[in-house]
Amino acid sequence: MKKILKNQATRTNFITYGGVILAFILLQGLSAAGALSSSLKGQLVPICAYVVMALSLNLTVGVLGELSLGHAGFMSIGAFSGAVAAAAMTDSIASSPIRLAVAMIIGAAIAGVSGALIGIPVLRLKGDYLAIVTLAFGEIIKSIINNLYIGIDVNGLHASFLNNTITFGDGGRMILSGPMGIPGIQKISSFTGGFLLIMITLIIIFNLVDSRAGRAIMALRDNRIAAESVGIPVTKYKMMAFVTSAALAGAAGALFSLGQNTIIASKFDFNTSILILVFVVLGGQGRMWGSIVAAAALTILPEMLREFADYRMLIYAIVLIVVMLFTNSAGAKQFTAKIKGMFVRDIEGGEQNG
Amino acid sequence: MKRILAILMALMMVLSLTACGGSKAPAADGSATALKLGGVGPLTGGAAIYGNAAKQGAEIAVEEINAMGGEITFDLRYEDDAHDAEKSVNAYNTLKDWGMQIFLGSVTSTPGVATSVEANADNMFYLTPSASSTDVLGGVENPLTGTVDIARKANIFQMCFVDPNQGSASAQYISEKALGEKIAIIYKNDDVYSTGIYNSFAAKAAEMNLNIVSTTTFTTDSQNDFSVQIADAKDKGADLIFLPMYYDAASLILTQANAIGYNPTFFGVDGMDGILTVEGFDTALAEGVILLTPFNADSEDEATKSFVAKYKEKYGEIPNQFAADGYDCVYAIYEALKGADVNSKTSASDMCDLLVAKFTDSGFVFNGLTGEDMTWDVSGAVSKAPKGMVIENGAYVGMD
Amino acid sequence: MLTFLNHLINGISLGSVYAIIALGYTMVYGIAKMLNFAHGDVIMVGAYVCFFAVSSFGLPPVVGVLLAMLVCTVLGMTIERLAYKPLRQAPSLAVLITAIGVSYFLQNGAQLLWGSNQKMFPAFLSGEGLSLFKGQINVSSATIVTIIACIIIMLVLTFFTNKTKMGKAMRACSEDKGAAQLMGINVNTTISMTFAIGSALAAIAGVLLCSAYPILMPTTGSMPGIKAFTAAVFGGIGSIPGAMLGGILLGIIEIFAKAYISTQVSDAVVFAVLIIVLLVKPSGLLGKQIHEKV
Repeated sequence: MKKILKNQATRTNFITYGGVILAFILLQGLSAAGALSSSLKGQLVPICAYVVMALSLNLTVGVLGELSLGHAGFMSIGAFSGAVAAAAMTDSIASSPIRLAVAMIIGAAIAGVSGALIGIPVLRLKGDYLAIVTLAFGEIIKSIINNLYIGIDVNGLHASFLNNTITFGDGGRMILSGPMGIPGIQKISSFTGGFLLIMITLIIIFNLVDSRAGRAIMALRDNRIAAESVGIPVTKYKMMAFVTSAALAGAAGALFSLGQNTIIASKFDFNTSILILVFVVLGGQGRMWGSIVAAAALTILPEMLREFADYRMLIYAIVLIVVMLFTNSAGAKQFTAKIKGMFVRDIEGGEQNG
Repeated sequence: MKRILAILMALMMVLSLTACGGSKAPAADGSATALKLGGVGPLTGGAAIYGNAAKQGAEIAVEEINAMGGEITFDLRYEDDAHDAEKSVNAYNTLKDWGMQIFLGSVTSTPGVATSVEANADNMFYLTPSASSTDVLGGVENPLTGTVDIARKANIFQMCFVDPNQGSASAQYISEKALGEKIAIIYKNDDVYSTGIYNSFAAKAAEMNLNIVSTTTFTTDSQNDFSVQIADAKDKGADLIFLPMYYDAASLILTQANAIGYNPTFFGVDGMDGILTVEGFDTALAEGVILLTPFNADSEDEATKSFVAKYKEKYGEIPNQFAADGYDCVYAIYEALKGADVNSKTSASDMCDLLVAKFTDSGFVFNGLTGEDMTWDVSGAVSKAPKGMVIENGAYVGMD
Repeated sequence: MLTFLNHLINGISLGSVYAIIALGYTMVYGIAKMLNFAHGDVIMVGAYVCFFAVSSFGLPPVVGVLLAMLVCTVLGMTIERLAYKPLRQAPSLAVLITAIGVSYFLQNGAQLLWGSNQKMFPAFLSGEGLSLFKGQINVSSATIVTIIACIIIMLVLTFFTNKTKMGKAMRACSEDKGAAQLMGINVNTTISMTFAIGSALAAIAGVLLCSAYPILMPTTGSMPGIKAFTAAVFGGIGSIPGAMLGGILLGIIEIFAKAYISTQVSDAVVFAVLIIVLLVKPSGLLGKQIHEKV
């Protein structure tokens, strides 16, 4: 055990797991004691979903090193397929935790398949061209769901595209009505479910990153040509990271939608993709615990700023800019290095590029 | 590491600031005995105009009521949802933490669906000024499939027309008055309001044998250019275009149709109201536009005149129907609470039971800016007659 | 045939608006190698300045446009100085996020300053326009002005970057900042200069955008901004003629998708075409194929 913990990466991983578990226990305790405001309580499930979104995008952006501007598209696929699946299973699976789990698996599977379909063409491109194509896919997904109608009756699910031409048998009702989205979602997501999804996501990502495949993926990020020249199959490993990332986003989408009363396609637009990207960059590319903290903090921040009424979003923007400047600019770096030097002289090494 | 520290520091900074702000927040207007009235709407972002209008209308009503110095006074607080369902639930929860007793609902439809579920679960009285989707109320038949997809939420009420009523009323109006031989429709197919009206219009139009020659759509992403939609209507010889949408997009359609010299009759719904007050809009373009609207800022009656004057003085704008709806919501609640034994200690749930009983009581009739003799029943929808208006010389003129 | 021509002309006029925004995008990207997501919002500010100058103060349109250019240039240089310059050495994603922060700031600032109500942009470009085929096809004067402005700007920018000293310095910075500095080029000044020009272009773009589609509100710039960004990548980001070509093609594709496929899914069709083109030409229509070296 001691030997394992000497490895810095492993140590960070364990600290991350520990931190998440600790936060969960703390929040559960506060919640049980009635010390949480309704506002914060209502945000627990979305925060879990955003944390998983940030983690999964970090796999694409931080570990694989490709910029994706359409990650909300995968969230959308997971959200809608998960919510439709959960609605369809209301009678067949009585227990809501199991229904949630099945919905998340379905969401993840469908998002993963779409990730594979999209990845094949997309991953041939590089840099900003890849970014714009992911953006395009996000918009296409939004447009398709906006025109999709799904209903259910005794004979099972019915779907139509562009116009609602569904005719129902007995006990029919609409689930997804195009632009109106899914207006009547039964909330079955729980904070515990969200916590478990975060833990599973962390296990998957850490194991992937620390495996042979993970090293190959990072080699591709650092220098594609050099990696290729030593015989690493580029497409295979890129796809592996991209599809995993998409599937996790799908599961997060299902968790999110089943914690909402209603979802519409335009919720998962370019701005949401950007929001997730902000979490990743702010938390540090490739640094998973950074994504967790950033996603949680930036989701709560606008709610805490409500006191400022009209100036709320303006202050949010300023905080965002100031934090980015503070953590990245050359001047601030020197300043913090100086401070650091004053306190911790004798720690050798330290963090190189924190 | 530094990065995270920076985020945490920023959070702490904000926290300490909020703490300072929080201490002096309560009782901005109204005393400690005032009833806590909350509302949610888009105060920022692309839909901010609707949220701000409803909020400002409600503010004027609260000011008037508090100035009367009667038994009932209100303390009003509006929270921003940026037209997003998730944020609107957060805003609702914030208001709950504040101690809200009566909820003015969400201003826009999709957030309204989300908050109505929460308010229903909490038994919090909910009267929305303008979230007009049937899914907000629940229990309404889907005009396309004839199914009831959402169960009725018993404590949710609307001040505005419900979307399908507007759609079918429009179709009926067009048919009865023989306003158009060939009809074109342009609607916004990523918008709940627009699609809701379109669906019921199409259903009713088929029933009334109206001749629909062209149906085209647009989305938020393509809401600049309407050349294709207008060309389609023109090529198919439409003499009436039905525009179930808000006035921002409608004003562009009017401008662009005029630019190619195409002048059919334009027929709008209540979202069209406000088109004459857009700063810089050439009202000549809207000449002859027909719209079904409950509110008219040019109206000559005393209540409207006084409201418009106060609104102009306070906010420097001419109020639209959202403002009037917000104003009416506060007054309807005020009327319903008159003589009731309530105070700032009454629980939200008791308040809700009382108000639901009052609103569904057949004897409760409300006269406001957006209609006379308004009544509600257990369905939650308001019953008032839409008024057909035609724009002549830059002003609304009643059609009947 | 006439309908086709009509759609084509409408496509070109929509595309010319995208093109003019895309020029500013591509210019900044080419030199500073950053996606300036706040560009769309600088456009919005430019349009507001011109709106108030013309509508509220009754100034002649030309003065309004010049004033808008002045304000946007100052604004662009201020943003660059405060928000982007400290991040010169930082990873490009950090700058991207900062640009998004600036975009939020401008949008919310505009709402606080000017309110959320829409304004109707004055139609000072509404001259006679062109009437072809006995009035069956109309080209509005706003379209004509936009296309001419677009071509002039493209030519001037091409001339500027190829022939002038400053332009050459810009190209040198775009190739290799380190080497440019060694050759005695002041990289910081050059980049600031790029932002100044890009922002002045944004002011013109804002006025033309709002002349063509006269609704003005704090979010006016964001959607055209994203479309123009798409157009710039489509044409090959960093390439000035590419931005113009990409913008106009994007406009035509959008109109044709609406007219000949379906208005309901036109957004999806536009982006699908974009993806296909990028798969065939992975660095855009006129972009440079950069060969990587180990």
